[in-house]
Amino acid sequence: MLETLAEHQSLFSTLWVVWFFLLFIGILVWVLRPSQRRQLERHADIPLREER
Amino acid sequence: MAAMAAGTALRELRYVEGPIRAFAIATVFWGVVGFLMGVVIAAQLAWPLLNLDLEWTTFGRLRPVHTSAVIFAFGGNALFCTSLYVVQRTCRARLFGGEEMGWFLFWGYQLVIVTAALGYVLGVTQGKEYAEPEWYVDLWLTVVWVFYLVAFGGTILRREEPHIYVANWFYLAFIITVAMLHIGNNLALPIGDGLAKSYGLAAGVQDAMIQWWYGHNAVGFFLTAGFLGMMYYFIPKQAERPVYSYRLSIVHFWALIFLYIWAGPHHLHYTALPDWAQTLGMVFSIMLWMPSWGGMINGIMTLSGAWDKLRTNPGLRFSVTAVGFYGMSTFEGPVMSIKAVNALSHYTDWTVGHVHSGAMGWVGFVTFGALYWLVPVLWRKKGLYSERLVSWHFWIATLGIVLYITAMWVSGIMQGLMWRAYDELGFLQYSFIETVAAMHPYYVIRFLGGVLYLSGALIMVYNLWKTVTEVPRVEEAAVPARAVPAAAQ
Repeated sequence: MLETLAEHQSLFSTLWVVWFFLLFIGILVWVLRPSQRRQLERHADIPLREER
Repeated sequence: MAAMAAGTALRELRYVEGPIRAFAIATVFWGVVGFLMGVVIAAQLAWPLLNLDLEWTTFGRLRPVHTSAVIFAFGGNALFCTSLYVVQRTCRARLFGGEEMGWFLFWGYQLVIVTAALGYVLGVTQGKEYAEPEWYVDLWLTVVWVFYLVAFGGTILRREEPHIYVANWFYLAFIITVAMLHIGNNLALPIGDGLAKSYGLAAGVQDAMIQWWYGHNAVGFFLTAGFLGMMYYFIPKQAERPVYSYRLSIVHFWALIFLYIWAGPHHLHYTALPDWAQTLGMVFSIMLWMPSWGGMINGIMTLSGAWDKLRTNPGLRFSVTAVGFYGMSTFEGPVMSIKAVNALSHYTDWTVGHVHSGAMGWVGFVTFGALYWLVPVLWRKKGLYSERLVSWHFWIATLGIVLYITAMWVSGIMQGLMWRAYDELGFLQYSFIETVAAMHPYYVIRFLGGVLYLSGALIMVYNLWKTVTEVPRVEEAAVPARAVPAAAQ
């Protein structure tokens, strides 16, 4: 079992890069979609809203 | 008067502040110690007689005192101070573990600093750059750090604000990654004479790779991510406007997290490290341009529409200039990671200059900017004792940095060129000692730059001391009842 895994190590590391790439694209889509705009502007105001 | 005292008491119930004030004092204190040690060892390089022929005062022992004092004592206390302040404010929640947790973190961390520094002077060291402390200090730091994570994470979990503000993301990434790096690089077996000696688990090039995986990510997560957290809170506070783009802050956060961890091998170009690993380190270092400049653009553009504040608020000038230095040194770093450039720059003073434009310009200045804003707030003062003195600090320190980095550029490139110069018969043109002698004037200029930077910090000490002792307190309105957490009612 462990040996089969080790044999395919290069395949797994390539897939890991692909997975991280897709994850990052997913983050970009999530953050940049237009409907998020107002919400994100509210988040940016968090430090300015607090009471002293 | 009674109402004012009541207001203050309520604020103390709402947020933990005592240990944060202590961390602020420790930041300033260790800053001065660290800058002074830097000036001392710079003088030793220019005038070797100052090694004093005593084992405890040689350059080799005092250099880690300087690096640890500025990075872990000055920088570390600044990160504890601001992260514990920021997480409570932006989560609108009291520190998890309360006052006791804050004081444990404070005294626990100071103990790490003092035991590490004592070890260096007495010759107790693991011999790993930026990870010199022996195993007993490493273990104690691990305990303190786990409590730090519990305090920080616990505060986030009990937040009243639904969203976790981006500054906390950076701080949390710093805390988690530093824990991983610290444990990974310090796996060692205590053995041999007494307790003060251990041997690392890895050996040879594996050890070197683990060391620079640690070393470069200490730069990435301690000196970059942590201080970006500081930037994302204190620049909006000082400029009184929200960060330029919250979207950009999220995108550059994740890009930084995905890329930074692979950049370490650029410290091992042309060594026994396999070529593919060296190239990987170089490529990832170059890709780091994007998230680094994303952060810089976000910090500087926060001032968009309020540039006049740079003229009237010298504290903000520190913070924004810091971001400028961040942009500059994160441009220079990827250039130096290119193998062809590294062939010239590595092992020369160019590296030292690069580190110091990041350390003094970015880390130092962003901390000074935060302190000038935070000290009056923490001690409930109407403002700083003197804005003029802040301006003096700014210009003296900036001149010091300029002297430092220009001297190191010239001496570093000259050094690199002298080392690789051949005569017509193919012999090396210069002996090593000739290159050392050629450095002397630049080492004197670097020393003067350090003296200026230290003088600026001493002006800050005077100014902050006067702020705490002489500036009148703010008249505080009683905190409205809804602001008191349920537990305190």
